[in-house]
Amino acid sequence: MKIVPASDSSLLVVLGNVISPALHKQVMALFHAFQAWHDPRIRNLHPGYASLLIDFDPLRLTHDELSSLVHQLALANDPAVDRPANVVIIPVCYDLELGPDLLDVAQHAGLSLDEVVRQHSSPTYLVYFLGFSPGFVYLGGLPEALHTPRLATPRPSIVGGSVGIAGSQTGIYPVDSPGGWRLIGRTPVCMFDPEATPPTRLQPGDRMKFSPIDRATFEDMQGRTEARLP
Amino acid sequence: MTIRVAKPGFFTTVQDLGRYGYAHLGISPGGAADPLSFRIANLLVGNDENAPALEMTLLGATLEFEKSTVVALTGASCECKAGLDNVPANAAFDLPAGAVLQCGSMMSGARCYLAVQGGFDVPLVMGSASTFVPGHFGGFEGRRLQKGDGLQVRQHGPFRVRSLRPGSLDALGVPRPLRVTKGSQHDWFAPEAFERLFSTAYIVSEQSDRTGLRLKGEIVRPREQLELLTDGIPLGAIQVPQDGQPIILFVDQQTTGGYPKIANVIAADVHRVGQLRPRDEVRLVEVSIAEAVQALGEQERWLREIFVS
Repeated sequence: MKIVPASDSSLLVVLGNVISPALHKQVMALFHAFQAWHDPRIRNLHPGYASLLIDFDPLRLTHDELSSLVHQLALANDPAVDRPANVVIIPVCYDLELGPDLLDVAQHAGLSLDEVVRQHSSPTYLVYFLGFSPGFVYLGGLPEALHTPRLATPRPSIVGGSVGIAGSQTGIYPVDSPGGWRLIGRTPVCMFDPEATPPTRLQPGDRMKFSPIDRATFEDMQGRTEARLP
Repeated sequence: MTIRVAKPGFFTTVQDLGRYGYAHLGISPGGAADPLSFRIANLLVGNDENAPALEMTLLGATLEFEKSTVVALTGASCECKAGLDNVPANAAFDLPAGAVLQCGSMMSGARCYLAVQGGFDVPLVMGSASTFVPGHFGGFEGRRLQKGDGLQVRQHGPFRVRSLRPGSLDALGVPRPLRVTKGSQHDWFAPEAFERLFSTAYIVSEQSDRTGLRLKGEIVRPREQLELLTDGIPLGAIQVPQDGQPIILFVDQQTTGGYPKIANVIAADVHRVGQLRPRDEVRLVEVSIAEAVQALGEQERWLREIFVS
């Protein structure tokens, strides 16, 4: 474990230098321990692949005090580790209209469309962390055959709910935004609602699976209560 | 009581001091780009310093006041009129019912704040009134103000207005280098990279906004082009993308990123970043973490001492 001041108001705890479920577990243990600690002097927690950035009020807590707290809490077991593994199912309509790059991904992989869908929807993905934009998940576990470079020129606008691939990553655009990921489908369920508690469907540390649905089911689910966040 | 937007200005949003506790869901704090001027505006009219107020950028708004209101303008200097009369900056003043407050172009600085007694009444989203325009939420309908919008003011009793000691804000306008501490990946950079970063002036690019300020000038590169595992970004981080042109990540920034961060603007100088305009020249100077925290403490004491009562 390496602890470095990232600014006068933050500390970066680096737990390793690779993307691995084992390191992710350590990041989550520390993240959950700080969440459970409820310290009003700590303002924000930013988990990354193998690190945790802690933002705090430097007039009420020093870097040294926080550093000691990190060591103390790192020894504790993850309060969330014994929770039953929650697998969130995200329905996706893999369709040439909703996923305009589906053919390109299939061609790049040398697979049929059905096989792309089967491979994308078979793993249980790990939510490493959220970042980039509200509700945007960094998922681990995309089958290697589906790794596809991002678009040379990003699209100026992408509809929220679009599911895409960029290199070895797959993810979901939570809200309408520009972006360069290859789009292979779209989910009818809301991934981010600022009015909901919590505002995102997925949390860091969750497990999730994509479940293929047809176009009729997609249209039917859109806007229904179950598609919203509680 | 309604305040009607006759002209929205260039980019006017409702802000407060930010939305904390949601970074792990990809949600950055946002909030006033110049939190110091924002707080002073609220304190002048007698509000809590976090009361929702307007942040106007480069060109101010024209607003029609239905009822008499106590307001204050702080931040960038900007010619503001109520009818034909000039109105004072950095002081609370009364606007009569029916008044039209016209805020013009900002002469120096980028952002001007308008606080109204009571504060603007907008629904809190995740505990904050800040508008986060890229995510379409917070503030007034999750967007910048448009012509015809009607803003409401919170119900309030009469508050005692406050005033500033003469000349107490003079020091804010004096140009001086932005103070920075070493960033998360400072050890990726050789001493020569820091020399380049600190020895010359950078120009603030036109492609700068509340998410970040792109700087144009000396190219800065890490010792070798390694791939950084995406990690958390603090407010004011100075990241160096492949082209070697530093970017100061600002209030509406991404919560995580994959470029190395060479340095970080100190908390006590964040308000000065909020007043940088496109094409402004900016220099950086390094201080220690201890000096940065001390500067923040002094700024807090200063803020309490500048008010007469």
